[in-house]
Amino acid sequence: MSIGSVPVKFKVTIDNDRCMLCERCIENCSYGVFRREGQKIVPDSRKCTACHRCVAMCPRDAIDLEEKPNDYRSHPLWTREAREAIYNQAKSGKIILSGMGNALDYPIIFDRLVLDACQVTNPSIDPLREPMELRTYIGKKPERINIKKNNSGDYDLNTEIAPNLKLETPVMIGHMSYGAISLNAQKALAKAVSSVGTFMGTGEGGLHKDLYPYQSNMIVQVASGRFGVDINYLERGAAIEIKIGQGAKPGIGGHLPGEKVAEDVSKTRMIPLHSDAISPAPHHDIYSIEDLVQLVRSLKEATEWKKPVFVKIAAVHNVAAIAAGIARSSADAVVIDGFKGGTGAAPRVFRDHVGMPVEVAIATVDKILREQGIRNEVSVIASGGIRDSADVTKAVALGADAVYIGTAALIAMGCRVCGSCYRGLCPWGIATQRPELVSRLNPDEAAVNVANLINGWTLELAELMGAAGINSIESLRGNRDRLRGYMLDEGILDVLDVKMIGA
Amino acid sequence: MAEELVIDADGIHYTPLNKMIRGAAASGVKKVILKNVCGQRFIANGLKCDGIEIEIQGVPGGDLSMFMNGPEITVYGNADHAPGNTMDGGRLIIHGSTGDAVAHSMRGGEVYVRDDVGYRAGIHMKAYMEKKPVLVVGGQSRSFLGEYMAGGILVVLGLDKDCPVDGRGVGSGIHGGAIYLRNVSPEDVDAGIGAKVIVADEEDMEVIKPYILNFCRYFDADPEELMNSPFVKIIPSSARPFANKYCWE
Repeated sequence: MSIGSVPVKFKVTIDNDRCMLCERCIENCSYGVFRREGQKIVPDSRKCTACHRCVAMCPRDAIDLEEKPNDYRSHPLWTREAREAIYNQAKSGKIILSGMGNALDYPIIFDRLVLDACQVTNPSIDPLREPMELRTYIGKKPERINIKKNNSGDYDLNTEIAPNLKLETPVMIGHMSYGAISLNAQKALAKAVSSVGTFMGTGEGGLHKDLYPYQSNMIVQVASGRFGVDINYLERGAAIEIKIGQGAKPGIGGHLPGEKVAEDVSKTRMIPLHSDAISPAPHHDIYSIEDLVQLVRSLKEATEWKKPVFVKIAAVHNVAAIAAGIARSSADAVVIDGFKGGTGAAPRVFRDHVGMPVEVAIATVDKILREQGIRNEVSVIASGGIRDSADVTKAVALGADAVYIGTAALIAMGCRVCGSCYRGLCPWGIATQRPELVSRLNPDEAAVNVANLINGWTLELAELMGAAGINSIESLRGNRDRLRGYMLDEGILDVLDVKMIGA
Repeated sequence: MAEELVIDADGIHYTPLNKMIRGAAASGVKKVILKNVCGQRFIANGLKCDGIEIEIQGVPGGDLSMFMNGPEITVYGNADHAPGNTMDGGRLIIHGSTGDAVAHSMRGGEVYVRDDVGYRAGIHMKAYMEKKPVLVVGGQSRSFLGEYMAGGILVVLGLDKDCPVDGRGVGSGIHGGAIYLRNVSPEDVDAGIGAKVIVADEEDMEVIKPYILNFCRYFDADPEELMNSPFVKIIPSSARPFANKYCWE
């Protein structure tokens, strides 16, 4: 052991004057931080992930949890993270796995875009008394519609409208599979989207029968592993999403370890118990844009052209050209997942270094689709690090039709972003399949929390739009004039097609 | 409705063609004969219906019988890219060769190809409970046969060929199921990462026997000769090929 152990990351202390030895911390910590020794609870800080379950459950506020200051010799280049990753790999020779979103300190473009508000001449709109149109339709729109007056004096619509999803708010919940998250977590999300009139993704984990009652608000996913995919699954979904890439790990596949493939997960994914669920990096029937066209049409043909088909890609350097290809592939929506996107597990080097911010991706995709005259042929859904209603508003102003949220919905259910999802021990019952942990999440209560979050954002979105003198989400979409860049350089502003502050 | 329906597919787009097939299946037709098929994709795509036979005369296009569950399809001609893609159940019998990715991610049912298959045949085939997909190829396969295979049975007979696989990477990432190759010695198989090549024993021959017999029945081959040939079996060297690849922060 030439390297030895590294310093602890978090320090857990117990105020023994306040502690009443109820042992709730021992019960709640699935990482095994706490043990009782006589009349004392003794913490082992080394095992702590800062998931905060103990702090939240202590009835006496007796637990203190702090991030330990860096006690290596400080160095701006050789940070704690850099050094510890090297120690880890010097010992193991393996790929370092990580959870949640990108953890490097990149500037966040959303925070350097400011929204506009009306003052005197073009008055703002009061959403309390004026109708605000937030309803969003995802899918193909006809170039124009033909109507004809019939004999009874009514008008008939003579244009065939492609199937669209009807959203009451442009906020949807992205794909987090059963396997990656628990059934209770999926149920909570499903109840929430059903109650607020929006949609969620199943992820590549099949559709558990307990979610059938919510299937009209679910988008089923077809990824390279094709887990849980059969004709019944495709027919149940309100829409179908082909996953090509994911923001947290562009260009690589997925891997649900056999330990997580418990009985119900195996049934839902349609794979044997405890077998590894490997999603290879590519779809092996897609090696060109023509092949993608074939898969899109194959899914439509199988479901008799009744369902919109989305294609999800990670935001990468040539995302606009790829999106233009997707728009021509008969797909109804392109989903762009930015590099702040979350994940249950990804190699850290991918999560932190591959891809690009979703803000840039939306703007460039919207721009190229408009330039090519095909923006109406496809909807654009943005995801990857959407944290609040301001991010939603800015994403729409940059050109998105709607957004997917992931981590934000998990946080609404209690997740503290400890980033240890890949270990399957989530003490909040979210990213785990252990029955005793899963049962900690009450799907009914969590559903209310998630619905509240979406409702709150929707109210704020209406207020922000009203302030900008806009009463319809369609007037906000791609409306870059409502944005200005603050502390962004000219190059980025040019790519975003947004003016400088003061201009 | 008659027991048998003949459709002249000449010049018909795949969507109306599939509608006719669905309609026939729904009204209790037992056999559909498609004449003059020329490149129409997605035939019987997502069709779920037991006890119907579909005969295809000509060359069907890509994704033939994708997501299909139940029917038996016989093709008198070659088939394009990915026949049997993510197929759920039923049977596909092809009197000719196919393109790439035949039986990709197939979940159940059986696919028999008389002649050759392209690249990536049987890739990511998987099994679950009673669903055990089977692909039998009479001729030769190209590279990446049975990659990422997670379940099921893949048999390549190499009839009239020097070697059943012309290419590399047999069974890369295989973590379930088995690939059987006829008339080749273990050292001549270019197995991919995670694949192990062993000589098939009597028990293995019993496993593949019913499918070999089916193949002989469909394509008029000699079962005795095939069953008496040497076979190698390619299986996962570990059920957890990636279990030791990762550590965490």
